[in-house]
Amino acid sequence: MPGVAALSDAAMGQPSLLVLAIVLPVTGVLLSIVAGGRYVEAIAFVVLLSGLVIAIFIFDGVWRGGRELTYVVGGWRPPLGIMLRADGLSALMMSTMAVVICVVGVFAHADFNSRLEAAETRSPFVFWIMLVAVSGAMNMIFLGGDLFTLYVALELLTFAAVPLVCLSGSAETIRAAMRYLLFALLGSILYLGGTALLYGSHATMDFAVLSQQAHLEPATLIAAVLMTIGLLAKTALFPLHLWLPPAHAGAPAAASAILSSVVVKGSFFLVVRLWFDALPGMLTPAGAQLLGALGASAIAFGSVVALQQKRLKLLIAYSTVAQIGYLFLMFPIAFNAAATPAQSSEALTGGMLQAMSHMTAKAAMFMAAGLIYTALGHDRIADLGGTARALPMTMLAFAIGGVCLIGLPPSGGFLAKWLLMRAAVETGQWPWVVVMLAGGLFTSGYMFIVLSRALQPSGEFLKLGAALPKYREAAALTLALLSLLLGFVALGPLDVLQVGSGTMMAAPG
Amino acid sequence: MNALPLFASCAAMLMGLGLYALITDPEPLRKILAFNLLGSGVFLAFGVISRRVAATEFEGDPVPQAMTITAIVVAFAATAMAVALVSRLVEAGGRATVASEASEEPDADGGAS
Repeated sequence: MPGVAALSDAAMGQPSLLVLAIVLPVTGVLLSIVAGGRYVEAIAFVVLLSGLVIAIFIFDGVWRGGRELTYVVGGWRPPLGIMLRADGLSALMMSTMAVVICVVGVFAHADFNSRLEAAETRSPFVFWIMLVAVSGAMNMIFLGGDLFTLYVALELLTFAAVPLVCLSGSAETIRAAMRYLLFALLGSILYLGGTALLYGSHATMDFAVLSQQAHLEPATLIAAVLMTIGLLAKTALFPLHLWLPPAHAGAPAAASAILSSVVVKGSFFLVVRLWFDALPGMLTPAGAQLLGALGASAIAFGSVVALQQKRLKLLIAYSTVAQIGYLFLMFPIAFNAAATPAQSSEALTGGMLQAMSHMTAKAAMFMAAGLIYTALGHDRIADLGGTARALPMTMLAFAIGGVCLIGLPPSGGFLAKWLLMRAAVETGQWPWVVVMLAGGLFTSGYMFIVLSRALQPSGEFLKLGAALPKYREAAALTLALLSLLLGFVALGPLDVLQVGSGTMMAAPG
Repeated sequence: MNALPLFASCAAMLMGLGLYALITDPEPLRKILAFNLLGSGVFLAFGVISRRVAATEFEGDPVPQAMTITAIVVAFAATAMAVALVSRLVEAGGRATVASEASEEPDADGGAS
């Protein structure tokens, strides 16, 4: 009888999907290289769409099954083997990412069309391969259950992201890519050093085993600090954000959208995994306050610099610097001594929801900025007059993305900030509430600058450089609407975040 | 076993040297070399750990060794990529430097398309 139960369990949960979510993109990348430039786009679409289906099935399995899915690779159990895990966090992030990547793929069809051109060109070839590679690396980050698998996943993500920065091949973008790569390499080698120290003191890499074994001691603490600094360099948290604005603003719109919305979330997700799952209860209130203070500085710095930008894409890039700051506010709120487990998990939910809203909203905004650039031939904010009339759908997408970043209801950004603020108030941490409210004010400030320019009538008839296919505007609008409607997840699938988060409940309370 | 502290301090020194140069040196090629130095320090640390953690029946724990090999491959790929970027930068007519962060905003047509 237990055999039958296990069989039906397997049929329902389909744990083998976990390995498929990683293997499929890797196969796609290899196939693309073999098949050559003409077929790259087709392969990318097949892989990305199947990735979406897989993500939805995994989400469904985790949500309805109410427990995490696990897959032991090759039958080798941890601590020696590798186990893939999908808990609520990873399932929700995976699905959001899959949707974002698919929509960006549709948007990018016009820019990187590999079929119609007579000769193969380099940039479509690179773009589609790297897009698929990003989705594979992100899936690996979401599903990986041990520190070393995640190191490899991080490196894959870096190697996929850096070429996206310098697709155009100009000296500025190559320099931006170079700087990004150096920051990322510093980050990954620090992470690896931390991994070595952790293995040295606990002889394991597996999260589940580590969370039971690890206790506060110098070696573990140093390891965790090294890993966190490394991950922060990759996430571009202030003051390690220097590489982000030129890299994200210089890339083509579709690549910027992926870099800014998806890629930075990979290393952020690892910070969450590290402190909430691998080393629960290890983050001292002082350390958490420091992370929060860095986040607050990022919000202040990013917003103030964004307000001064003359170009739309740089403004959006600096807004990413600020929004990354929000993600780190959840640490002091969740790891406060006064926080009950329920409040900690509320802060975690808020933080993850913030990550998902930023993913959708920022992708929409970068796509909108790209369309404006294509249509006008520039993205100078001062000369945007008349854009709202000429490109209503695009400006609407941009504005809705902004609404989500500001945190107006019913957007996902609103729900995220509301959860974070409620947890902050309940645990008596007023300063973070002030930071979040001030950040919202700043965000409305730079959104207002752009929108008021765009809504002004232009003196002469606005001449559009290129006609925009409707589907590209629709792609931007789709993600914008998604970010707006994300607030409604509170009515249902938000509970899924609790699935498999049993370990973090051991946080000090 | 007496050699372990020696190797461990070598690893620490390599990491320190590499980290210092990676942060302070403005030349990309030197930064890449510094990254490799830092990496070698970490690999050596893995070796020390492999010996230290080892169970009784082994000379050394094989798991850190497997991880070191993977990490070496990754570091090699990273180095190749960084060097390729430097040579592309020179080809594209740029100075091979990543210095002067503050003054260097990408210009109005910095490759956005």
